[in-house]
Amino acid sequence: MNENRLQKELMGVLAVWWREFKVFQREKSRIVSSIVQPIMWLFIFGTGIGATVNMSSINYQDYIYPGVLTMSVLFGSVFFGLYIVWDRKLDVLKAVLVAPVSRISIFLGKVLGGCTDVMLQIAVLFLFSFLFPAVNVWGIPQALLLLFITSVALVSMGLALGSLLESLEGFQVISAFLVFPLFFLSGALFPIDDKLPAWLTGLVKLNPLTYAVDGVRGALLNINVFPFYLDFGVIVIFAAIMLLLGSVLFSRMK
Amino acid sequence: MAIIETRKLTKSYGSIQAVRGVDLSIEKGEIFGLLGPNGAGKTTTIGMLCTIIRPTSGSASIAGYDIVQRPSAVRSKVGIVFQDPTLDTILTGYENLELHARLYGITSALRKKRISEMLQLVDLTDRRNDLTRTYSGGMRRRLEMARGLLHRPAALFLDEPTLGLDPQTRARIWDYIRKMARKEQTTVILTTHYMEEADQVCDRVGIIDHGQIIALNAPGNLKESMGGDLVIIRTKEPPLVKIKALPYVREVKFNDGVLEITMKDAHLHLSGLLFMIPGVECVEIRVPTLSDVFIKLTGHDIRDDSAEDSGSWIDSVARYRQKGK
Ligand SMILES: Nc1ncnc2c1ncn2[C@@H]1O[C@H](COP(=O)(O)OP(=O)(O)OP(=O)(O)O)[C@@H](O)[C@H]1O
Ligand SMILES: [Mg+2]
Repeated sequence: MNENRLQKELMGVLAVWWREFKVFQREKSRIVSSIVQPIMWLFIFGTGIGATVNMSSINYQDYIYPGVLTMSVLFGSVFFGLYIVWDRKLDVLKAVLVAPVSRISIFLGKVLGGCTDVMLQIAVLFLFSFLFPAVNVWGIPQALLLLFITSVALVSMGLALGSLLESLEGFQVISAFLVFPLFFLSGALFPIDDKLPAWLTGLVKLNPLTYAVDGVRGALLNINVFPFYLDFGVIVIFAAIMLLLGSVLFSRMK
Repeated sequence: MAIIETRKLTKSYGSIQAVRGVDLSIEKGEIFGLLGPNGAGKTTTIGMLCTIIRPTSGSASIAGYDIVQRPSAVRSKVGIVFQDPTLDTILTGYENLELHARLYGITSALRKKRISEMLQLVDLTDRRNDLTRTYSGGMRRRLEMARGLLHRPAALFLDEPTLGLDPQTRARIWDYIRKMARKEQTTVILTTHYMEEADQVCDRVGIIDHGQIIALNAPGNLKESMGGDLVIIRTKEPPLVKIKALPYVREVKFNDGVLEITMKDAHLHLSGLLFMIPGVECVEIRVPTLSDVFIKLTGHDIRDDSAEDSGSWIDSVARYRQKGK
Protein backbone atom coordinates (compact mmCIF):
# COMPACT_ATOMS: atom_id res chain seq x y z
CA MET A 1 0.00 0.00 0.00
CA ASN A 2 1.58 3.27 -1.02
CA GLU A 3 1.57 6.42 1.04
CA ASN A 4 -1.19 8.15 -0.86
CA ARG A 5 -3.46 5.17 -0.44
CA LEU A 6 -2.72 5.00 3.27
CA GLN A 7 -3.52 8.66 3.63
CA LYS A 8 -6.86 8.16 1.89
CA GLU A 9 -7.70 5.31 4.23
CA LEU A 10 -6.80 7.44 7.21
CA MET A 11 -9.06 10.21 5.95
CA GLY A 12 -11.80 7.60 5.64
CA VAL A 13 -11.37 6.54 9.26
CA LEU A 14 -11.51 10.16 10.36
CA ALA A 15 -14.55 10.84 8.17
CA VAL A 16 -16.58 8.11 9.83
CA TRP A 17 -15.36 9.15 13.25
CA TRP A 18 -16.34 12.76 12.49
CA ARG A 19 -19.82 11.61 11.46
CA GLU A 20 -20.32 9.61 14.64
CA PHE A 21 -19.28 12.58 16.72
CA LYS A 22 -21.79 14.83 14.95
CA VAL A 23 -24.52 12.30 15.61
CA PHE A 24 -23.47 12.05 19.24
CA GLN A 25 -23.71 15.80 19.68
CA ARG A 26 -27.16 15.78 18.20
CA GLU A 27 -28.63 12.95 20.21
CA LYS A 28 -28.81 14.81 23.48
CA SER A 29 -31.53 12.61 24.92
CA ARG A 30 -29.37 9.54 24.42
CA ILE A 31 -26.48 11.16 26.25
CA VAL A 32 -28.67 12.20 29.15
CA SER A 33 -30.25 8.78 29.53
CA SER A 34 -26.90 7.03 29.26
CA ILE A 35 -25.72 9.07 32.23
CA VAL A 36 -28.90 8.99 34.27
CA GLN A 37 -29.08 5.22 34.22
CA PRO A 38 -25.75 4.54 35.96
CA ILE A 39 -26.49 7.31 38.42
CA MET A 40 -29.67 5.49 39.41
CA TRP A 41 -27.69 2.31 39.90
CA LEU A 42 -25.25 4.11 42.12
CA PHE A 43 -27.66 6.11 44.22
CA ILE A 44 -30.82 4.02 44.33
CA PHE A 45 -29.61 0.48 43.93
CA GLY A 46 -26.36 1.18 45.77
CA THR A 47 -28.06 2.90 48.65
CA GLY A 48 -30.83 0.31 48.93
CA ILE A 49 -28.59 -2.73 48.90
CA GLY A 50 -25.91 -0.88 50.84
CA ALA A 51 -28.37 -0.44 53.70
CA THR A 52 -28.50 -4.20 54.28
CA VAL A 53 -25.20 -5.48 52.90
CA ASN A 54 -22.35 -5.26 55.31
CA MET A 55 -18.89 -5.15 53.79
CA SER A 56 -16.05 -5.14 56.22
CA SER A 57 -13.74 -2.52 54.83
CA ILE A 58 -15.81 -0.45 52.46
CA ASN A 59 -19.13 1.15 51.86
CA TYR A 60 -21.21 -0.83 49.26
CA GLN A 61 -21.85 2.22 47.07
CA ASP A 62 -18.13 2.87 46.81
CA TYR A 63 -17.58 -0.79 46.11
CA ILE A 64 -19.90 -0.92 43.10
CA TYR A 65 -18.76 2.42 41.61
CA PRO A 66 -16.10 0.78 39.38
CA GLY A 67 -18.62 -1.92 38.46
CA VAL A 68 -21.20 0.65 37.39
CA LEU A 69 -18.59 2.48 35.31
CA THR A 70 -17.79 -0.77 33.55
CA MET A 71 -21.49 -1.44 33.09
CA SER A 72 -21.89 1.93 31.37
CA VAL A 73 -19.08 1.02 29.03
CA LEU A 74 -20.70 -2.34 28.36
CA PHE A 75 -24.16 -1.03 27.54
CA GLY A 76 -22.98 2.07 25.70
CA SER A 77 -20.48 0.16 23.57
CA VAL A 78 -22.52 -2.88 22.61
CA PHE A 79 -25.60 -0.87 21.74
CA PHE A 80 -23.56 1.64 19.78
CA GLY A 81 -22.24 -1.25 17.71
CA LEU A 82 -25.62 -2.87 17.27
CA TYR A 83 -26.95 0.43 16.04
CA ILE A 84 -25.54 -0.30 12.57
CA VAL A 85 -28.47 -2.63 12.06
CA TRP A 86 -30.61 0.48 12.12
CA ASP A 87 -28.18 2.40 9.90
CA ARG A 88 -28.40 -0.38 7.38
CA LYS A 89 -32.16 -0.46 7.53
CA LEU A 90 -32.24 3.25 6.75
CA ASP A 91 -29.61 2.74 4.04
CA VAL A 92 -27.39 5.34 5.69
CA LEU A 93 -24.40 3.05 5.37
CA LYS A 94 -24.95 2.36 1.69
CA ALA A 95 -23.55 5.67 0.54
CA VAL A 96 -20.59 5.30 2.89
CA LEU A 97 -19.79 1.76 1.79
CA VAL A 98 -19.54 2.75 -1.88
CA ALA A 99 -16.80 5.30 -1.17
CA PRO A 100 -13.24 4.41 -2.21
CA VAL A 101 -12.33 3.49 1.36
CA SER A 102 -11.80 -0.04 2.63
CA ARG A 103 -14.31 -1.66 4.92
CA ILE A 104 -11.66 -1.98 7.62
CA SER A 105 -11.21 1.78 7.70
CA ILE A 106 -14.93 2.33 7.98
CA PHE A 107 -15.06 -0.24 10.75
CA LEU A 108 -12.19 1.46 12.60
CA GLY A 109 -13.88 4.83 12.25
CA LYS A 110 -17.01 3.34 13.79
CA VAL A 111 -15.00 1.82 16.66
CA LEU A 112 -13.33 5.14 17.37
CA GLY A 113 -16.68 6.91 17.19
CA GLY A 114 -18.26 4.50 19.63
CA CYS A 115 -15.35 4.67 22.05
CA THR A 116 -15.43 8.46 21.96
CA ASP A 117 -19.13 8.52 22.83
CA VAL A 118 -18.67 6.06 25.64
CA MET A 119 -15.58 7.66 27.10
CA LEU A 120 -17.24 11.07 27.15
CA GLN A 121 -20.09 9.55 29.13
CA ILE A 122 -17.60 7.93 31.47
CA ALA A 123 -15.86 11.26 31.93
CA VAL A 124 -19.14 12.71 33.16
CA LEU A 125 -19.54 9.82 35.59
CA PHE A 126 -16.04 10.47 36.90
CA LEU A 127 -17.19 13.94 37.85
CA PHE A 128 -19.30 12.25 40.51
CA SER A 129 -16.36 10.40 41.99
CA PHE A 130 -16.02 12.96 44.79
CA LEU A 131 -19.26 11.54 46.23
CA PHE A 132 -17.51 8.23 46.83
CA PRO A 133 -14.89 8.90 49.47
CA ALA A 134 -13.01 5.65 49.00
CA VAL A 135 -12.12 6.46 45.39
CA ASN A 136 -8.48 7.25 44.81
CA VAL A 137 -8.41 10.12 42.31
CA TRP A 138 -4.88 9.29 41.18
CA GLY A 139 -6.09 5.95 39.90
CA ILE A 140 -8.47 7.59 37.41
CA PRO A 141 -6.04 7.66 34.43
CA GLN A 142 -5.35 3.96 34.84
CA ALA A 143 -9.07 3.25 35.11
CA LEU A 144 -9.72 5.31 31.98
CA LEU A 145 -7.14 3.33 30.05
CA LEU A 146 -8.72 0.04 31.07
CA LEU A 147 -12.20 1.27 30.28
CA PHE A 148 -11.07 2.56 26.90
CA ILE A 149 -9.63 -0.81 25.90
CA THR A 150 -12.78 -2.50 27.17
CA SER A 151 -14.82 -0.11 25.08
CA VAL A 152 -12.78 -0.94 21.96
CA ALA A 153 -13.51 -4.62 22.58
CA LEU A 154 -17.21 -4.14 23.20
CA VAL A 155 -17.91 -1.69 20.36
CA SER A 156 -16.20 -4.17 18.03
CA MET A 157 -18.33 -6.95 19.46
CA GLY A 158 -21.47 -4.87 18.91
CA LEU A 159 -20.46 -4.10 15.33
CA ALA A 160 -19.65 -7.77 14.73
CA LEU A 161 -23.11 -8.78 15.93
CA GLY A 162 -24.72 -5.88 14.09
CA SER A 163 -23.10 -7.07 10.85
CA LEU A 164 -24.76 -10.45 11.31
CA LEU A 165 -28.22 -9.30 12.36
CA GLU A 166 -30.84 -8.79 9.70
CA SER A 167 -33.38 -6.95 11.81
CA LEU A 168 -33.86 -5.12 15.05
CA GLU A 169 -35.55 -8.11 16.66
CA GLY A 170 -32.13 -9.53 17.44
CA PHE A 171 -31.60 -6.66 19.92
CA GLN A 172 -33.76 -8.30 22.59
CA VAL A 173 -32.04 -11.63 22.19
CA ILE A 174 -28.62 -10.07 22.48
CA SER A 175 -29.68 -8.05 25.50
CA ALA A 176 -31.07 -11.05 27.30
CA PHE A 177 -28.49 -13.65 26.40
CA LEU A 178 -25.32 -11.62 26.12
CA VAL A 179 -25.30 -8.13 27.56
CA PHE A 180 -27.09 -8.81 30.85
CA PRO A 181 -25.23 -12.06 31.57
CA LEU A 182 -21.92 -10.29 30.88
CA PHE A 183 -22.93 -7.64 33.38
CA PHE A 184 -24.28 -9.89 36.14
CA LEU A 185 -21.40 -12.32 35.81
CA SER A 186 -18.71 -9.66 36.00
CA GLY A 187 -18.52 -9.13 39.73
CA ALA A 188 -19.68 -5.56 39.19
CA LEU A 189 -22.18 -5.86 42.03
CA PHE A 190 -20.67 -8.50 44.32
CA PRO A 191 -17.22 -9.58 45.40
CA ILE A 192 -15.70 -12.71 43.92
CA ASP A 193 -14.74 -14.60 47.05
CA ASP A 194 -15.08 -18.06 48.57
CA LYS A 195 -18.65 -17.39 49.64
CA LEU A 196 -19.78 -17.75 46.01
CA PRO A 197 -20.86 -21.23 44.82
CA ALA A 198 -18.28 -22.85 42.59
CA TRP A 199 -20.43 -22.76 39.43
CA LEU A 200 -20.84 -19.02 39.76
CA THR A 201 -17.15 -18.43 40.40
CA GLY A 202 -16.39 -20.51 37.32
CA LEU A 203 -18.70 -18.48 35.09
CA VAL A 204 -17.46 -15.21 36.49
CA LYS A 205 -13.86 -16.16 35.77
CA LEU A 206 -14.72 -17.01 32.16
CA ASN A 207 -16.18 -13.57 31.57
CA PRO A 208 -13.59 -11.15 30.18
CA LEU A 209 -15.51 -8.27 31.68
CA THR A 210 -14.70 -9.57 35.17
CA TYR A 211 -11.09 -8.58 34.55
CA ALA A 212 -12.12 -5.12 33.44
CA VAL A 213 -14.16 -4.60 36.60
CA ASP A 214 -11.36 -6.00 38.73
CA GLY A 215 -8.74 -3.82 37.07
CA VAL A 216 -10.82 -0.67 37.44
CA ARG A 217 -11.61 -1.52 41.03
CA GLY A 218 -7.93 -2.07 41.67
CA ALA A 219 -7.09 1.30 40.16
CA LEU A 220 -9.77 3.25 41.99
CA LEU A 221 -10.18 1.40 45.28
CA ASN A 222 -7.08 -0.71 45.61
CA ILE A 223 -9.24 -3.80 45.91
CA ASN A 224 -8.46 -6.56 43.46
CA VAL A 225 -8.76 -10.27 43.10
CA PHE A 226 -6.35 -10.68 40.19
CA PRO A 227 -3.00 -9.03 39.62
CA PHE A 228 -3.06 -5.97 37.36
CA TYR A 229 -1.06 -7.60 34.58
CA LEU A 230 -3.68 -10.37 34.33
CA ASP A 231 -6.57 -7.89 34.19
CA PHE A 232 -4.76 -5.80 31.61
CA GLY A 233 -3.65 -8.81 29.56
CA VAL A 234 -7.11 -10.37 29.39
CA ILE A 235 -8.73 -7.11 28.30
CA VAL A 236 -6.12 -6.43 25.63
CA ILE A 237 -6.47 -9.94 24.22
CA PHE A 238 -10.27 -9.64 24.34
CA ALA A 239 -10.04 -6.34 22.44
CA ALA A 240 -7.66 -7.79 19.85
CA ILE A 241 -9.93 -10.76 19.19
CA MET A 242 -13.02 -8.59 18.92
CA LEU A 243 -11.30 -6.12 16.59
CA LEU A 244 -10.30 -8.97 14.34
CA LEU A 245 -13.70 -10.64 14.44
CA GLY A 246 -15.48 -7.33 13.95
CA SER A 247 -13.40 -6.29 10.98
CA VAL A 248 -13.87 -9.66 9.30
CA LEU A 249 -17.63 -9.72 9.81
CA PHE A 250 -18.04 -6.06 8.93
CA SER A 251 -16.08 -6.58 5.72
CA ARG A 252 -18.32 -9.47 4.75
CA MET A 253 -21.51 -7.66 5.59
CA LYS A 254 -23.89 -7.25 2.68
CA MET B 1 -13.25 7.60 -26.16
CA ALA B 2 -15.68 5.37 -24.36
CA ILE B 3 -15.81 6.10 -20.65
CA ILE B 4 -17.77 2.96 -19.84
CA GLU B 5 -17.32 -0.29 -21.63
CA THR B 6 -18.99 -3.56 -20.71
CA ARG B 7 -18.47 -6.95 -22.29
CA LYS B 8 -20.96 -9.77 -21.72
CA LEU B 9 -21.62 -8.44 -18.24
CA THR B 10 -23.66 -11.04 -16.38
CA LYS B 11 -25.05 -11.51 -12.90
CA SER B 12 -26.99 -14.50 -11.61
CA TYR B 13 -28.58 -14.97 -8.23
CA GLY B 14 -28.94 -18.72 -8.04
CA SER B 15 -31.33 -19.58 -10.83
CA ILE B 16 -32.35 -15.95 -11.41
CA GLN B 17 -30.38 -14.33 -14.20
CA ALA B 18 -30.64 -10.68 -13.28
CA VAL B 19 -28.33 -9.43 -16.03
CA ARG B 20 -27.39 -11.51 -19.06
CA GLY B 21 -24.49 -10.55 -21.23
CA VAL B 22 -24.85 -6.80 -21.43
CA ASP B 23 -22.58 -5.08 -23.95
CA LEU B 24 -22.48 -1.33 -23.67
CA SER B 25 -20.17 1.41 -24.75
CA ILE B 26 -20.92 4.83 -23.35
CA GLU B 27 -19.13 7.90 -24.57
CA LYS B 28 -17.71 10.67 -22.48
CA GLY B 29 -20.23 13.44 -21.86
CA GLU B 30 -23.26 11.41 -22.91
CA ILE B 31 -26.54 11.26 -21.03
CA PHE B 32 -27.42 7.64 -21.33
CA GLY B 33 -30.74 6.16 -20.25
CA LEU B 34 -31.23 2.57 -19.26
CA LEU B 35 -34.92 1.86 -19.62
CA GLY B 36 -36.79 -1.20 -18.58
CA PRO B 37 -39.64 -2.54 -16.46
CA ASN B 38 -39.40 -3.63 -12.82
CA GLY B 39 -36.91 -6.41 -12.36
CA ALA B 40 -35.27 -5.88 -15.76
CA GLY B 41 -31.82 -5.69 -14.21
CA LYS B 42 -31.18 -1.94 -14.22
CA THR B 43 -30.15 -1.61 -10.60
CA THR B 44 -28.05 -4.76 -10.82
CA THR B 45 -26.21 -3.42 -13.87
CA ILE B 46 -25.47 -0.14 -12.12
CA GLY B 47 -24.46 -1.99 -8.97
CA MET B 48 -21.87 -3.97 -10.91
CA LEU B 49 -20.50 -0.85 -12.60
CA CYS B 50 -20.11 0.82 -9.20
CA THR B 51 -18.37 -2.30 -7.83
CA ILE B 52 -21.04 -2.94 -5.21
CA ILE B 53 -22.12 -6.17 -6.89
CA ARG B 54 -19.59 -8.64 -8.20
CA PRO B 55 -20.38 -9.84 -11.72
CA THR B 56 -20.85 -13.57 -12.24
CA SER B 57 -19.07 -13.32 -15.58
CA GLY B 58 -18.11 -10.82 -18.22
CA SER B 59 -16.15 -7.65 -17.67
CA ALA B 60 -16.48 -3.90 -17.59
CA SER B 61 -14.27 -0.90 -17.24
CA ILE B 62 -14.83 2.69 -16.24
CA ALA B 63 -12.39 5.40 -17.25
CA GLY B 64 -10.04 2.59 -18.18
CA TYR B 65 -10.16 0.79 -14.82
CA ASP B 66 -11.47 -2.73 -14.65
CA ILE B 67 -14.35 -3.02 -12.18
CA VAL B 68 -13.14 -6.29 -10.71
CA GLN B 69 -9.38 -5.70 -10.72
CA ARG B 70 -9.39 -2.06 -9.63
CA PRO B 71 -12.54 -1.48 -7.57
CA SER B 72 -11.05 1.30 -5.51
CA ALA B 73 -9.97 3.29 -8.55
CA VAL B 74 -13.40 2.75 -10.11
CA ARG B 75 -15.13 3.94 -6.95
CA SER B 76 -13.24 7.19 -6.94
CA LYS B 77 -14.28 7.73 -10.57
CA VAL B 78 -18.01 7.21 -10.15
CA GLY B 79 -20.77 8.97 -8.31
CA ILE B 80 -24.02 7.24 -7.57
CA VAL B 81 -27.51 8.19 -6.51
CA PHE B 82 -29.21 5.05 -5.35
CA GLN B 83 -32.78 4.12 -6.14
CA ASP B 84 -33.70 4.36 -2.44
CA PRO B 85 -32.72 7.48 -0.51
CA THR B 86 -29.47 7.19 1.43
CA LEU B 87 -29.04 10.60 3.03
CA ASP B 88 -27.92 10.75 6.62
CA THR B 89 -31.07 12.35 8.00
CA ILE B 90 -29.53 13.19 11.35
CA LEU B 91 -27.00 15.43 9.57
CA THR B 92 -27.63 18.72 7.81
CA GLY B 93 -27.38 19.12 4.07
CA TYR B 94 -23.94 20.67 4.42
CA GLU B 95 -22.76 17.94 6.75
CA ASN B 96 -23.93 15.24 4.37
CA LEU B 97 -21.74 16.75 1.68
CA GLU B 98 -18.88 17.22 4.10
CA LEU B 99 -18.99 13.57 5.14
CA HIS B 100 -18.88 12.58 1.51
CA ALA B 101 -16.00 14.95 0.76
CA ARG B 102 -14.02 13.52 3.66
CA LEU B 103 -14.72 9.95 2.57
CA TYR B 104 -13.49 10.74 -0.91
CA GLY B 105 -10.32 12.30 0.42
CA ILE B 106 -11.06 15.87 -0.66
CA THR B 107 -8.70 18.04 1.34
CA SER B 108 -10.14 20.65 3.66
CA ALA B 109 -8.87 23.52 1.52
CA LEU B 110 -10.87 22.32 -1.46
CA ARG B 111 -13.80 20.96 0.48
CA LYS B 112 -15.52 24.22 1.38
CA LYS B 113 -15.33 25.61 -2.12
CA ARG B 114 -16.57 22.45 -3.75
CA ILE B 115 -19.45 22.01 -1.31
CA SER B 116 -20.73 25.54 -1.80
CA GLU B 117 -20.44 25.15 -5.56
CA MET B 118 -22.53 22.02 -5.45
CA LEU B 119 -25.10 23.47 -3.06
CA GLN B 120 -25.49 26.37 -5.42
CA LEU B 121 -25.87 24.11 -8.41
CA VAL B 122 -28.87 22.38 -6.85
CA ASP B 123 -30.23 25.56 -5.22
CA LEU B 124 -29.95 24.35 -1.66
CA THR B 125 -27.58 26.98 -0.32
CA ASP B 126 -30.20 28.57 1.90
CA ARG B 127 -31.22 25.21 3.38
CA ARG B 128 -27.69 23.93 3.94
CA ASN B 129 -27.83 24.09 7.72
CA ASP B 130 -31.17 22.31 8.10
CA LEU B 131 -31.31 18.64 8.98
CA THR B 132 -32.04 16.66 5.84
CA ARG B 133 -34.96 14.96 7.55
CA THR B 134 -36.76 18.27 7.14
CA TYR B 135 -36.19 18.29 3.36
CA SER B 136 -38.88 17.50 0.81
CA GLY B 137 -38.49 14.49 -1.48
CA GLY B 138 -37.30 16.65 -4.36
CA MET B 139 -34.77 18.48 -2.18
CA ARG B 140 -33.38 15.20 -0.93
CA ARG B 141 -32.93 13.98 -4.47
CA ARG B 142 -31.15 17.17 -5.43
CA LEU B 143 -28.84 16.94 -2.47
CA GLU B 144 -28.04 13.34 -3.33
CA MET B 145 -27.20 14.36 -6.87
CA ALA B 146 -24.96 17.13 -5.56
CA ARG B 147 -23.30 14.57 -3.31
CA GLY B 148 -22.78 12.22 -6.22
CA LEU B 149 -21.00 14.95 -8.17
CA LEU B 150 -18.95 16.37 -5.32
CA HIS B 151 -15.77 14.46 -6.07
CA ARG B 152 -15.95 15.21 -9.79
CA PRO B 153 -16.68 11.68 -10.97
CA ALA B 154 -16.13 10.73 -14.59
CA ALA B 155 -19.52 9.04 -14.55
CA LEU B 156 -22.59 9.77 -12.49
CA PHE B 157 -25.15 7.00 -12.04
CA LEU B 158 -28.71 7.97 -11.23
CA ASP B 159 -30.97 5.06 -10.42
CA GLU B 160 -34.57 6.20 -10.88
CA PRO B 161 -33.84 9.86 -10.04
CA THR B 162 -37.49 10.88 -10.27
CA LEU B 163 -39.27 7.89 -8.78
CA GLY B 164 -41.98 8.83 -6.31
CA LEU B 165 -41.89 12.54 -7.07
CA ASP B 166 -44.78 14.61 -8.38
CA PRO B 167 -44.73 15.72 -12.03
CA GLN B 168 -43.54 19.27 -11.38
CA THR B 169 -40.71 18.12 -9.17
CA ARG B 170 -39.78 15.52 -11.75
CA ALA B 171 -39.54 18.14 -14.44
CA ARG B 172 -37.26 20.22 -12.22
CA ILE B 173 -35.04 17.24 -11.43
CA TRP B 174 -34.58 16.62 -15.15
CA ASP B 175 -33.63 20.26 -15.62
CA TYR B 176 -31.01 19.86 -12.92
CA ILE B 177 -29.67 16.71 -14.51
CA ARG B 178 -29.21 18.46 -17.83
CA LYS B 179 -27.63 21.44 -16.13
CA MET B 180 -25.26 19.30 -14.09
CA ALA B 181 -24.19 17.22 -17.03
CA ARG B 182 -23.36 20.35 -18.94
CA LYS B 183 -21.64 22.28 -16.17
CA GLU B 184 -19.64 19.43 -14.74
CA GLN B 185 -19.07 17.72 -18.08
CA THR B 186 -19.95 14.44 -16.53
CA THR B 187 -21.21 11.37 -18.27
CA VAL B 188 -24.62 10.53 -16.83
CA ILE B 189 -26.13 7.07 -16.78
CA LEU B 190 -29.66 7.00 -15.54
CA THR B 191 -32.44 4.49 -15.24
CA THR B 192 -36.09 5.30 -15.37
CA HIS B 193 -39.55 3.95 -16.07
CA TYR B 194 -40.67 7.29 -17.45
CA MET B 195 -40.16 6.83 -21.15
CA GLU B 196 -41.30 10.28 -22.13
CA GLU B 197 -38.85 11.88 -19.74
CA ALA B 198 -35.99 9.73 -20.93
CA ASP B 199 -36.89 10.66 -24.48
CA GLN B 200 -36.44 14.34 -23.69
CA VAL B 201 -33.26 14.09 -21.66
CA CYS B 202 -31.16 11.24 -23.02
CA ASP B 203 -28.76 11.35 -25.92
CA ARG B 204 -29.06 7.60 -26.23
CA VAL B 205 -31.13 4.96 -24.55
CA GLY B 206 -30.71 1.26 -24.02
CA ILE B 207 -33.86 -0.75 -23.52
CA ILE B 208 -33.33 -3.60 -21.14
CA ASP B 209 -35.74 -6.45 -20.52
CA HIS B 210 -35.14 -9.70 -18.66
CA GLY B 211 -31.52 -8.72 -18.18
CA GLN B 212 -30.79 -8.17 -21.87
CA ILE B 213 -30.31 -5.05 -23.91
CA ILE B 214 -32.86 -5.36 -26.68
CA ALA B 215 -32.40 -1.97 -28.32
CA LEU B 216 -29.74 0.68 -28.18
CA ASN B 217 -29.97 3.96 -30.06
CA ALA B 218 -30.87 7.63 -29.93
CA PRO B 219 -34.53 8.05 -28.92
CA GLY B 220 -35.35 9.69 -32.26
CA ASN B 221 -33.95 6.75 -34.21
CA LEU B 222 -35.84 4.26 -32.09
CA LYS B 223 -39.12 6.05 -32.72
CA GLU B 224 -38.29 6.32 -36.39
CA SER B 225 -37.90 2.55 -36.50
CA MET B 226 -41.59 2.22 -35.62
CA GLY B 227 -42.40 3.04 -39.23
CA GLY B 228 -44.36 6.23 -38.74
CA ASP B 229 -47.42 7.70 -37.08
CA LEU B 230 -50.53 5.75 -36.33
CA VAL B 231 -53.90 7.16 -37.34
CA ILE B 232 -56.95 5.44 -35.90
CA ILE B 233 -60.27 6.20 -37.52
CA ARG B 234 -63.67 4.89 -36.54
CA THR B 235 -65.67 4.42 -39.74
CA LYS B 236 -68.00 1.96 -41.45
CA GLU B 237 -66.77 1.42 -45.02
CA PRO B 238 -63.32 2.76 -45.79
CA PRO B 239 -61.98 2.52 -49.36
CA LEU B 240 -59.13 0.25 -48.31
CA VAL B 241 -57.55 -0.21 -51.71
CA LYS B 242 -57.41 3.51 -52.40
CA ILE B 243 -55.91 4.21 -49.01
CA LYS B 244 -53.26 1.55 -49.44
CA ALA B 245 -52.23 3.11 -52.72
CA LEU B 246 -51.36 6.45 -51.12
CA PRO B 247 -47.60 7.08 -51.22
CA TYR B 248 -47.30 8.11 -47.58
CA VAL B 249 -49.29 5.16 -46.22
CA ARG B 250 -47.27 2.19 -45.04
CA GLU B 251 -49.71 -0.20 -43.48
CA VAL B 252 -53.48 -0.47 -43.19
CA LYS B 253 -55.56 -2.63 -40.86
CA PHE B 254 -59.34 -2.71 -40.61
CA ASN B 255 -61.24 -4.52 -37.89
CA ASP B 256 -64.69 -4.03 -36.42
CA GLY B 257 -65.15 -0.53 -37.72
CA VAL B 258 -61.71 0.57 -36.56
CA LEU B 259 -59.27 1.55 -39.23
CA GLU B 260 -55.60 1.71 -38.28
CA ILE B 261 -53.25 3.38 -40.69
CA THR B 262 -49.52 3.56 -40.23
CA MET B 263 -48.20 6.49 -42.17
CA LYS B 264 -45.52 9.11 -42.48
CA ASP B 265 -46.06 12.66 -41.25
CA ALA B 266 -49.68 12.36 -40.21
CA HIS B 267 -49.88 16.06 -39.42
CA LEU B 268 -49.27 16.92 -43.07
CA HIS B 269 -51.45 14.32 -44.74
CA LEU B 270 -54.37 13.92 -42.37
CA SER B 271 -56.81 16.27 -44.10
CA GLY B 272 -56.19 14.69 -47.50
CA LEU B 273 -56.73 11.27 -46.01
CA LEU B 274 -59.94 12.17 -44.23
CA PHE B 275 -61.32 13.62 -47.42
CA MET B 276 -61.29 10.15 -48.96
CA ILE B 277 -63.06 8.37 -46.14
CA PRO B 278 -66.84 8.64 -45.80
CA GLY B 279 -68.65 8.57 -42.49
CA VAL B 280 -65.78 9.26 -40.14
CA GLU B 281 -66.98 9.09 -36.52
CA CYS B 282 -63.78 9.96 -34.76
CA VAL B 283 -60.07 10.22 -35.40
CA GLU B 284 -57.07 9.66 -33.22
CA ILE B 285 -53.43 10.21 -34.05
CA ARG B 286 -50.62 8.50 -32.25
CA VAL B 287 -47.13 9.73 -32.76
CA PRO B 288 -44.82 6.90 -31.74
CA THR B 289 -43.28 7.23 -28.33
CA LEU B 290 -40.52 5.30 -26.69
CA SER B 291 -43.26 3.36 -24.92
CA ASP B 292 -44.55 2.18 -28.24
CA VAL B 293 -41.05 1.12 -29.17
CA PHE B 294 -40.90 -0.75 -25.92
CA ILE B 295 -44.21 -2.50 -26.45
CA LYS B 296 -43.25 -3.47 -29.95
CA LEU B 297 -39.94 -4.93 -28.83
CA THR B 298 -41.10 -6.71 -25.72
CA GLY B 299 -44.75 -7.35 -26.32
CA HIS B 300 -45.71 -5.71 -23.05
CA ASP B 301 -45.97 -2.27 -21.53
CA ILE B 302 -43.22 -0.93 -19.32
CA ARG B 303 -45.65 -0.26 -16.52
CA ASP B 304 -48.94 -1.71 -15.49
CA ASP B 305 -50.43 1.73 -15.20
CA SER B 306 -49.56 3.06 -18.59
CA ALA B 307 -51.62 6.21 -18.15
CA GLU B 308 -48.76 8.52 -18.94
CA ASP B 309 -47.90 7.27 -22.36
CA SER B 310 -51.06 5.89 -23.95
CA GLY B 311 -52.26 9.44 -24.31
CA SER B 312 -55.51 10.58 -25.86
CA TRP B 313 -55.68 12.25 -29.19
CA ILE B 314 -55.42 15.70 -27.64
CA ASP B 315 -52.40 14.68 -25.63
CA SER B 316 -50.67 13.29 -28.65
CA VAL B 317 -51.17 16.43 -30.61
CA ALA B 318 -50.10 18.64 -27.76
CA ARG B 319 -47.02 16.55 -27.23
CA TYR B 320 -46.30 16.55 -30.92
CA ARG B 321 -46.49 20.30 -31.14
CA GLN B 322 -44.23 20.72 -28.20
CA LYS B 323 -41.56 18.64 -29.77
CA GLY B 324 -41.89 20.32 -33.10
CA LYS B 325 -40.63 23.53 -31.59
N1 LIG C 1 -29.79 -9.68 -3.97
C1 LIG C 1 -30.60 -10.34 -4.81
N2 LIG C 1 -30.88 -11.64 -4.61
C2 LIG C 1 -31.68 -12.31 -5.47
N3 LIG C 1 -32.23 -11.77 -6.55
C3 LIG C 1 -31.98 -10.48 -6.82
C4 LIG C 1 -31.16 -9.70 -5.96
N4 LIG C 1 -31.09 -8.45 -6.46
C5 LIG C 1 -31.84 -8.46 -7.58
N5 LIG C 1 -32.38 -9.67 -7.80
C6 LIG C 1 -33.25 -10.05 -8.93
O1 LIG C 1 -32.63 -9.64 -10.11
C7 LIG C 1 -33.58 -9.12 -11.03
C8 LIG C 1 -33.18 -7.72 -11.45
O2 LIG C 1 -33.31 -6.83 -10.36
P1 LIG C 1 -32.96 -5.29 -10.43
O3 LIG C 1 -33.10 -4.74 -9.08
O4 LIG C 1 -31.67 -5.13 -11.12
O5 LIG C 1 -34.12 -4.76 -11.37
P2 LIG C 1 -34.48 -3.27 -11.78
O6 LIG C 1 -34.45 -3.23 -13.25
O7 LIG C 1 -33.61 -2.30 -11.07
O8 LIG C 1 -35.98 -3.15 -11.29
P3 LIG C 1 -36.76 -1.91 -10.63
O9 LIG C 1 -37.28 -1.10 -11.75
O10 LIG C 1 -37.87 -2.57 -9.90
O11 LIG C 1 -35.82 -1.19 -9.75
C9 LIG C 1 -34.93 -9.22 -10.32
O12 LIG C 1 -35.56 -10.38 -10.77
C10 LIG C 1 -34.57 -9.34 -8.88
O13 LIG C 1 -35.53 -10.11 -8.21
MG1 LIG D 1 -33.94 -0.82 -9.70
